[in-house]
Amino acid sequence: MAGNVPDAGNPGRRNFLAEVLAIACGGLATIAPIGAGVWAFLDPLRRKGGAASFLPVTELSAVPDDGVPRQFAVIAERADAWTGFAAEPIGAVYLRRAKGSDAVEALSATCPHAGCFVEIETAGKCFRCPCHNSEFTLDGGIVNPSPSPRPMDALECRVAKNGSVEVKWEKFRAGVAQKVVQ
Amino acid sequence: MKPSSSSNAGSRKGLVGRLADFFDDRTGYRAVMHEALYERVPGGARWRYVWGSTLVFAFMTQVITGLFLWASYSASAQTAWESVYYIQHEMAGGWLLRGIHHFMAQAMVVLLALHLLQVVIDGAYKAPREVNFWLGLILMMLVLGMALTGYLLPWDQKGYWATIVATNLAGIVPVVGPSLQQLVIGGTEYGHHTLTRFFALHAGFLPGALILMLVVHLALFRKHGLHAKQPITKPDAMFWPDQVLKDAVAMLAVMAVVLGVILVPALRAMLAGEPVHTGHLGAELGAPADPSLPYAAARPEWYFLFLFQFLKVFEGWGATGEFLGAIVVPGLIMGVMFLMPILGNWKLGHRFNVAFTLGIIAGAGLLTALALNEDYYALWVDKASLADAQKLYDETGGDAAKLAAALGGDHAKIAAMEKQWEKLEKIRHSQAFLDASKQAKLDAARAIELAGRPEKIPPAGMLELVRADAKSQGPRLFAQHCASCHAHVDPQAPDAAAILAKSSAANLFEFGRASWMRGLLDPAQVAGPAYFGNTAHTDGDMVSFVQGDLADPDQWKKDDIEAVIVAMAAEAGLADPGVKPAVLERGRDLVTDGERCGGCHKLGDNGTDLGSAPDLTGWGSREWLVGIITDPTHARFYGDSNDRMPSFGKAAEGAAPMLTPQQIGLLADWLREDWYRP
Repeated sequence: MAGNVPDAGNPGRRNFLAEVLAIACGGLATIAPIGAGVWAFLDPLRRKGGAASFLPVTELSAVPDDGVPRQFAVIAERADAWTGFAAEPIGAVYLRRAKGSDAVEALSATCPHAGCFVEIETAGKCFRCPCHNSEFTLDGGIVNPSPSPRPMDALECRVAKNGSVEVKWEKFRAGVAQKVVQ
Repeated sequence: MKPSSSSNAGSRKGLVGRLADFFDDRTGYRAVMHEALYERVPGGARWRYVWGSTLVFAFMTQVITGLFLWASYSASAQTAWESVYYIQHEMAGGWLLRGIHHFMAQAMVVLLALHLLQVVIDGAYKAPREVNFWLGLILMMLVLGMALTGYLLPWDQKGYWATIVATNLAGIVPVVGPSLQQLVIGGTEYGHHTLTRFFALHAGFLPGALILMLVVHLALFRKHGLHAKQPITKPDAMFWPDQVLKDAVAMLAVMAVVLGVILVPALRAMLAGEPVHTGHLGAELGAPADPSLPYAAARPEWYFLFLFQFLKVFEGWGATGEFLGAIVVPGLIMGVMFLMPILGNWKLGHRFNVAFTLGIIAGAGLLTALALNEDYYALWVDKASLADAQKLYDETGGDAAKLAAALGGDHAKIAAMEKQWEKLEKIRHSQAFLDASKQAKLDAARAIELAGRPEKIPPAGMLELVRADAKSQGPRLFAQHCASCHAHVDPQAPDAAAILAKSSAANLFEFGRASWMRGLLDPAQVAGPAYFGNTAHTDGDMVSFVQGDLADPDQWKKDDIEAVIVAMAAEAGLADPGVKPAVLERGRDLVTDGERCGGCHKLGDNGTDLGSAPDLTGWGSREWLVGIITDPTHARFYGDSNDRMPSFGKAAEGAAPMLTPQQIGLLADWLREDWYRP
């Protein structure tokens, strides 16, 4: 049998074809599992965040007209892959109202720097993120110097005829200067 | 020694020897073992060569403990925390298994740093070992990747919020960032697929890649031989057993340290004669992840703290700063490290490499120290020396102009005071972190207590149970919705007077109990800040009744008042179980009596109409409290004379009430201290 093996220094045409075929067959056979895996793995890229909608957060009377923001939970139904949740807290917003005004301003409680939960300082004078110390004024503006690239994210907010305060619940990309919907 | 030659002597060997020969003939394992063990170590075995072996040992420990953990772990948002709780607190030996995995991961990071340092200082990265050095760097990143992904797997608050930061940082990588982030977290929201993906990375992709790289790393190490530290003064030795002995001693030492960290608290407790709770040994488990609950104690594991602190260096740089801090600088550092073998060809280059590595380690150490100092500053700063500064701060409200006026425009004094104020601010920030850490510990302990109920965890998961727990949710709801008017403070507490002075409605501490009612019916207290003092009812009928009729011993005997108190606590279902039925009955008669309380208050069907004063039927019971919180303007409660209290559960059609029925129930349960007790 050994005599049939072509000289290693002079590979024949048939040998070249065998090499190509070997690589092609082996490659094709391996592509199937890898391809199927990668295909499924990339599935999350198809998923977009649900279209933003206005969610009732509270009543106008619950937002004191003293200019100091108050934290409110955002409650909504949500789905997590295969699990559907009945209405439950999914995040938080800060609402505030100027003296005598019926207009409510809403700020997302998510820090635009790296996504931590911004808190209001105990004295109620400013917002502060407990992770990297980004500070914001009560209207969400940056207090410099700050690690945060942009002010707190204002959310669209409207007061319905029945006094319900509704906030357009959106998430934005963290760590960039522009406010880009996630 | 040729392996096959031994078979000739087989007839004179025992059974074991012959069996060994049988396998050697068919596998040649003796040659392989010989190859593996009889490596020449130039200059003999040395302690400085043990780091690589301890790393392999640490990794093997992680594989072994990891596989056993895997056998009990369940990666989903409703089962991850729950299964880790079960491992840690219910399974025999689970705490030890998890403790070893947790602390060996930390030991591995330390060993990595030492191994890298030793390789760089000894110049072991130079030709022909460049490729092996690069492999080592890749191995290092794989290990750090496993540490990062492992942190999330218990799905507790700590891991959850740290992962949000880490994945958001991945999102700022140019072009591919957002897609990368979405792939890693398995969608746009954190949930089941974040866990399944992190788990697949942690236990599959990363260790798989690591094993592949490690095999090549070790093969190349053998190919080039051990890089001996010059000068060689001792004769060469064999890897087995000289170096293996040193390696094994080092491995044992590493394991001893890891076990020590886990077991020392148990030893301490035993010496102090306290009971040892094995569930509290080893790795911590925080409260279950809750996206709607702030977690101000969010910090990465200590070995990533320098990266965390590094982001603060770029304060005021905006998005560029974050890009620099999280991507560019770490990328450049890794880039330089990859170039080290090439730079090392020059004598100066080697010195640069050593200085660079030491510099990076020193820098990381410094940043870690800064991060720790920021967080724990309030623990070691001398607060007494800042008392004056604090006073001035409180007086001026931190206003610069007022400060200048207070100090008469003296610039030196102002500058000195501003420095002290900066310290005060650092204390405030640190204190906020310390408070949050304390709260996190309380929340974790409560979650673990709840998970241990005989009813176990509901199918919807631990978060549902935590959110329905009055003990932990009550204080939060009260602080957010009630505390702007009501106090909730033990009147005996040292700071009670100050808290009560600031409140503008009744103190609800022990509401529904005899102690609360006793204060209300005390002429000296009823118009005080703990009851009606700071409300519109301070000049009302109840105050004049308590200060008039009740204060008159001819109209109200002391025993009768006490009977009323007991009867009211019984309405709430919170009466002392030892109360005599006769006293109860007497009290109830007095309250019902149209000439006494019943003149204004309804109780049962005593004939008094609603509207004049709150209905006392079931006063202080859960149902009564839910009713008054939902709508105090209802005729059953204060009706038109309601003083400022919002109707928390009432909302116009289609609008969301301020509090959901569940939240109101939690407040009622918390006020009544009606919660699960083990």
